[in-house]
Amino acid sequence: MSQHPRHSAMLSISTSNSNLANAGADKQQPSQNVSTPTQSSSPGLRVPSNRKTIYDRHLNRSRTAELSRASFAFLFSEMVTYAQRRVTGIQDLEKRLNEQGYPLGLRLLDLLFYRTMSSSTSSSLSSSSTSSSPPNRPLRILPLLHLIHGPLWRLLFQRSADALEHSVSPETPNEYMITDNDPLVNTYISVPREMSMLNCAAFVAGIIEGVCDGCGFEAKVSAHNQPTEMWPGRTVFLLRFGDSVMEREKVLERAGVR
Amino acid sequence: MSTNDYLVLAGTFHGVHAITRTITPRIPVPSPPSSTSTTSYAFPNPGIPATGLEYLETEKFRLTCFQTLTGTKFLLFTDPLTTNIDVVMRKVYELYADYVMKNPFYQLEMPVRCEAFDRHLGGWLRGRT
Repeated sequence: MSQHPRHSAMLSISTSNSNLANAGADKQQPSQNVSTPTQSSSPGLRVPSNRKTIYDRHLNRSRTAELSRASFAFLFSEMVTYAQRRVTGIQDLEKRLNEQGYPLGLRLLDLLFYRTMSSSTSSSLSSSSTSSSPPNRPLRILPLLHLIHGPLWRLLFQRSADALEHSVSPETPNEYMITDNDPLVNTYISVPREMSMLNCAAFVAGIIEGVCDGCGFEAKVSAHNQPTEMWPGRTVFLLRFGDSVMEREKVLERAGVR
Repeated sequence: MSTNDYLVLAGTFHGVHAITRTITPRIPVPSPPSSTSTTSYAFPNPGIPATGLEYLETEKFRLTCFQTLTGTKFLLFTDPLTTNIDVVMRKVYELYADYVMKNPFYQLEMPVRCEAFDRHLGGWLRGRT
């Protein structure tokens, strides 16, 4: 019986606290577009003081925001270490890195389209479902390559890739090369001599492969070292498109589709 | 010097460093009379922990030791007349943190064999001279 008043006092304190918190939340509600009532219930997630997590932000807002390069380097280093477990050889390791990047490319594609589309034609958002609007999705190989070379690279690394080439050999017309002189993912990585064939940018190759597949271009992408005196980390991404893509390319060329 | 010589030097230096740390003179601390009779000792400046060997100087060269907070020691051999050694040390530490610790192929406690580290350090040193 003697404990009861104290208990009730505690109860009242806790309720008044939650009231305060609610009032604070209510006060900030009008200033933000997306209301997040469930966030306060998750104690593990740290919420910024203005109660806007990265998830509440507009997709276009974080376009120019930069991430910490060091944290990415450590994360990628751990990814490589993780992929290195239980692998039999260098090719297996590259394949694993490729597979890690592939889903990222598939998912990134929508964000990429969303951003390139809204920056060029911001009003076409509602009418994008109709086919009359200018095609934002690349239909031919060259627009796709330009999409990878320019917007995708800018989205990932804040700059364009350094070169885009078509294979000169007549036997392999389905091969294209994208060159990056100093890939961001390899900045802090030095591959030991006995694994000199390995290029950890296979992860980026996986992203490109995901983007190509997401666009409907079946392709195999691999990363190769091509160091020069000036650029010791120069990497060439070799895109090998499938036969079906090349056949379709011929049909589209005859039809005059760009 | 071969890799083995470096390892021997590092091992020897580590021991000497540990000894020089422990022989730092201490002064007795006046203990409160109520406590037990054992007197405790402290370093002259209690805020600063005892450092071990920092310089080793001969007629021809100077060996500078820089210990990071994690206990890694960098040994630098320079001319005795070289100045700004701490600047070089700081840069070596920075490059080590960047190109060695962020390299997934480097195993802790193993000799540093990172091409990017060597390349950047060499480039930086060449830029200084």
